[in-house]
Amino acid sequence: MPKIIGKVWIYGDDVNTDVIFPGKYTYTVTDPDEMAKIALEDLDPEFAKNVKPGDIVVAGKNFGCGSSREQAAFCLKYAQVGAVIAKSFSRLYFRNCINAGLPAITLAESPEIFKADEKIEIDLNTGTLKCAAGIFHFPPLPDAVIGIFNDGGLIPHTRKILGID
Amino acid sequence: MGKTFAEKILGMKAGKEVVPGEIVEVKPDFAMSHDNTAAISKTFKQIGVDKIDDPERHVIILDHCVPAANEKFAQNHKDIREFVGEQKMPNFFDINRGICHQVMAEEGFALPGHLIVGSDSHTTTYGAYGAFSTGIGRSEMAVILATGKIWLRVPETMKIVVRGKLQKGVFAKDVMLKIIGDLSADGALYKSVWFTGPTIDAMSMASRMVLTNMAVEMGAKNGYMEPDDKTLEFLKNRARRDFKVVRSDADANFESEIEFDVSELEPQIACPHTVDNVHPVSEVKGTKINQVFFGSCTNARLEDFEIVANVLRGKKVHSSTRMIVIPASQQIFLQAIQRGYIQDLAKAGAVIVNTGCGPCMGNHEGVPAPEEVVLSTSNRNFRGRFGSKEAEVYLCSPVTAALSALAGEVVGWEGEEW
Ligand code: SF4
Repeated sequence: MPKIIGKVWIYGDDVNTDVIFPGKYTYTVTDPDEMAKIALEDLDPEFAKNVKPGDIVVAGKNFGCGSSREQAAFCLKYAQVGAVIAKSFSRLYFRNCINAGLPAITLAESPEIFKADEKIEIDLNTGTLKCAAGIFHFPPLPDAVIGIFNDGGLIPHTRKILGID
Repeated sequence: MGKTFAEKILGMKAGKEVVPGEIVEVKPDFAMSHDNTAAISKTFKQIGVDKIDDPERHVIILDHCVPAANEKFAQNHKDIREFVGEQKMPNFFDINRGICHQVMAEEGFALPGHLIVGSDSHTTTYGAYGAFSTGIGRSEMAVILATGKIWLRVPETMKIVVRGKLQKGVFAKDVMLKIIGDLSADGALYKSVWFTGPTIDAMSMASRMVLTNMAVEMGAKNGYMEPDDKTLEFLKNRARRDFKVVRSDADANFESEIEFDVSELEPQIACPHTVDNVHPVSEVKGTKINQVFFGSCTNARLEDFEIVANVLRGKKVHSSTRMIVIPASQQIFLQAIQRGYIQDLAKAGAVIVNTGCGPCMGNHEGVPAPEEVVLSTSNRNFRGRFGSKEAEVYLCSPVTAALSALAGEVVGWEGEEW
């Protein structure tokens, strides 16, 4: 897997799915480009306007708590976010990231290690992250799910397993 | 060493002994989806399989925006009805049946020892009936339609023991808000939570559902209660299938054990904008409210209607406050009509709306304007949850909601008779 290099967008603890992808849009906004435009709408209105491909969302504990809505993972993927880093993820959000093929990295260090707007580099193969504060390590994805992630998400993975592709 | 409930169920389904942390591939007994079935069916079609794996496995319940608020929601429902027809799915409930989690219980799908998944985070609710039930994503549901299978991590188990007789004016909701406030929004992250103890034993099935419903608000994978006579009585003539009660062994390995003594507990309230921002109601007494929402899969069952009707009978909702009432199901609606509760509420000035989710996730039927304050019996108060990100939502029990509706401001029970 190639390295992920991008600018960090830093947020706090308990960022919930209602601020990542508001509930009122769940049945009405379905187009990927439109979904990307409302990513993090109720948390940071500047995000969707300025995010660049490969940028990295960084947060504290319990990222993605709340609803099971997977659009909260897909909207970041469609916004071409390179990875999401958090101290911990809600279980549904973590699953949805794998299913979307969006790297979800659990990093023991707090978001405070990052400087605002700095560019960082992530190597998923070795589980390392380089930023101004130094080099940090994170646990790799569990073996049982890495196949889903490597195939680009759950749907392409399922097609492969069923021999459709 | 013995096994926990979660290890036993997932082990049975995986056909082997399992330990926490292990990932297993399993076939759930039932898989529930709601208005998101249209999106799920589109993803299913992308997989490239024509026929679904097992039509009997799936339960589809329309509730999130019923009746449709506009053309888009109407199209969404239409797409679902067509998919259900195409795939000949027998367990379909249209817009007149109720909120999915309540309907799963009433229709006898929430069964002891069953593994149930749902594309909705509050699928944890059926743990009140001894099921292992948890929320999943839409793509995962599409894959279950195609293959019947899903991967699940075997969770560690946290045991929560609740003791003490609740004071008058204090209910299951207050107990659960207290637990979430103390443990915080990630206090049970990835865990299987077993609620047990004399206070739980004394609760009705409806009250028990309040706790398992909100288990996900502290990050839990599932909530569980051991079935007892009340459970079996409820399931008589209702259970869709034979079932076997599964219990944790006494010598199973619990990751943690926490005790709550609720005998002195006061009414609790979750303040904006997180469910774990919990305070005794007395601390926020006097906060002005624009709207009371008595509804949702957490607290709009018959016992809740009884309490609210007792409080409101012969009185008037305060002129500065609106009260929206949505029964959790059509059956509850009918029973509340038969018992005269609906008339009591309507006479008091409450607005009664068709069963469903209503404003709980900001879709319709009473969403607040920016900067308005809502007091709600539902389970989530995140910023924007009710539609406007400038609105403020407080969460409380039905009795606190009813008393506050009369006062036009937040008040807890202070010894009034009803
Ligand atoms: S009532 Fe609210 S919490 Fe319950 S299923 Fe509906 S939207 Fe979700």
